[in-house]
Amino acid sequence: MSTDFDLDGAWRLAPQVQVRPERFGALLYHFGTRQLSFLKSPALLTVISSLAAQPSARAACRAADVPDAELPGYRRALATLAASQMICRREPA
Amino acid sequence: MADHPAAQADEATEDVVADEVLVEEVSIDGMCGVY
Amino acid sequence: MTAAPVTTGPMPLIEQFSYGLDAPICLTWELTYACNLSCVHCLSSSGRRDPRELSTAECRAVIDELQRMQVFYVNIGGGEPTVRPDFWDLLDYATGHDVGVKFSTNGIKITPGVAQRLAASDYVDVQISLDGATAAVNDAVRGPGSYDTALRAMRNLADAGFAGFKISVVMTRHNVGQLDEFKALADGFGAQLRLTRLRPSGRGADVWDELHLTAGQQRQLYDWLVAHGSSVLTGDSFFHLSGYGAALPGLNLCGAGRVVCLIDPVGDVYACPFAIHPSFLAGNVRDRGGFARVWRESELFGGLRQPQSGGACESCSAYGACRGGCMAAKFFTGLPLDGPDPECVHGHGERALATADPKAAPRPAGDHSHRTRRAPVPLELSRRRPVEPARAGHPPVSACNPDPLAGFTPPAR
Repeated sequence: MSTDFDLDGAWRLAPQVQVRPERFGALLYHFGTRQLSFLKSPALLTVISSLAAQPSARAACRAADVPDAELPGYRRALATLAASQMICRREPA
Repeated sequence: MADHPAAQADEATEDVVADEVLVEEVSIDGMCGVY
Repeated sequence: MTAAPVTTGPMPLIEQFSYGLDAPICLTWELTYACNLSCVHCLSSSGRRDPRELSTAECRAVIDELQRMQVFYVNIGGGEPTVRPDFWDLLDYATGHDVGVKFSTNGIKITPGVAQRLAASDYVDVQISLDGATAAVNDAVRGPGSYDTALRAMRNLADAGFAGFKISVVMTRHNVGQLDEFKALADGFGAQLRLTRLRPSGRGADVWDELHLTAGQQRQLYDWLVAHGSSVLTGDSFFHLSGYGAALPGLNLCGAGRVVCLIDPVGDVYACPFAIHPSFLAGNVRDRGGFARVWRESELFGGLRQPQSGGACESCSAYGACRGGCMAAKFFTGLPLDGPDPECVHGHGERALATADPKAAPRPAGDHSHRTRRAPVPLELSRRRPVEPARAGHPPVSACNPDPLAGFTPPAR
């Protein structure tokens, strides 16, 4: 599984994904693929929820106060979510 | 498709943050107590 | 280890769930105890409708709750859910209210027309039950003609373009030799194979000794599952086999009262469909506060969401993987819940059973089985009692009446 992820690209939550916030972070369910993802960080939930409104994933992480030292972990998490189609690229306006 | 979390961590770089797996994926069928 | 984290780092899901969830992730909902079959191992001892079953309106109210709680999907079963006349309405109601549905059926109502309708829906999944890759093996458990019914339903789904429907098999001593044939059957229909564990629940308690896998067969099954990876589903029902070594795909923990639960046909909420017994009854959806209150506030579920003691198992090197196995399997074989699973892969369960009193094992509650074998009747003439007492102007209600409103009297407030 690739851990490459374009942090400077524009992303969004896939339309068939339902997000349910939880104490530990969130549950994401994709009605198309029938896959379930557990987000194990409330900050990651903030990042995902704000992707569509932010110019880039990197900006979303910054806005969610993700420390630079933790960015690699978030990048890997975003790569995982992209690979399972939970998040997808936004077309430029 | 449903990678075991330990396998996911191994695939990531084997550095000190290897423990930090922020996303775990499971098939929604992977719940015991649903027939 | 990273430098001291600012927030608590991510912990294994097992620990996360000890704090509980505001809603189940998915759940099982048995819509009716009525069934056209009488499978020997039925976990819900189904056959005859219960006169107290939830009405259509009450079912819609449950769906409304599931939508509010953001339950992703509900696994609808029974009995045979499609024998309820309002089944198709409820299916549409659920999918129209953001609740995905997978329903479990023996195939009796899956005509070509029905299959077309189902294939057109994005939020419906179908699971056909089958317990033998041949009619001989299947019908010994599910009854004469049941294999043909199931295959006909599969054919209809495949012909309607319904890719990826599930074929769900309960593993027994007599079908474990057909694993490759099951896989080929599923592949032939473009369906996904699902294998699940037999538990000593419902009528399963009566056939457990004859049908549960031998130790050698468990190993055989485990090796086969490992070889087939995620292409075969298990509903995480074999997590006790993780004691052999590498864990199978899934959460690998008991979901009862933590991530799943059962709503039964009369609205009773149990921790798990394999634990239909007063000891695992958390409440009823007809109680004040409905299902949400039961899920969030019942004492039973609160207890299950505490870290569980492994008891006798904690000193075993396999405990971290198998977590002591299946609560329902232990309960109905009379074993303590903080001890080994009756089918513990290291044989600890077998040893525990040797010293347990089989007559002391709890009996499954609520038998809705068809009365196919009649006990001798006393030779006095008497009127056969209707299920409910006859009311003036109303004919007695037969137990076979599939109308969920038949004989229903709204409870006094």
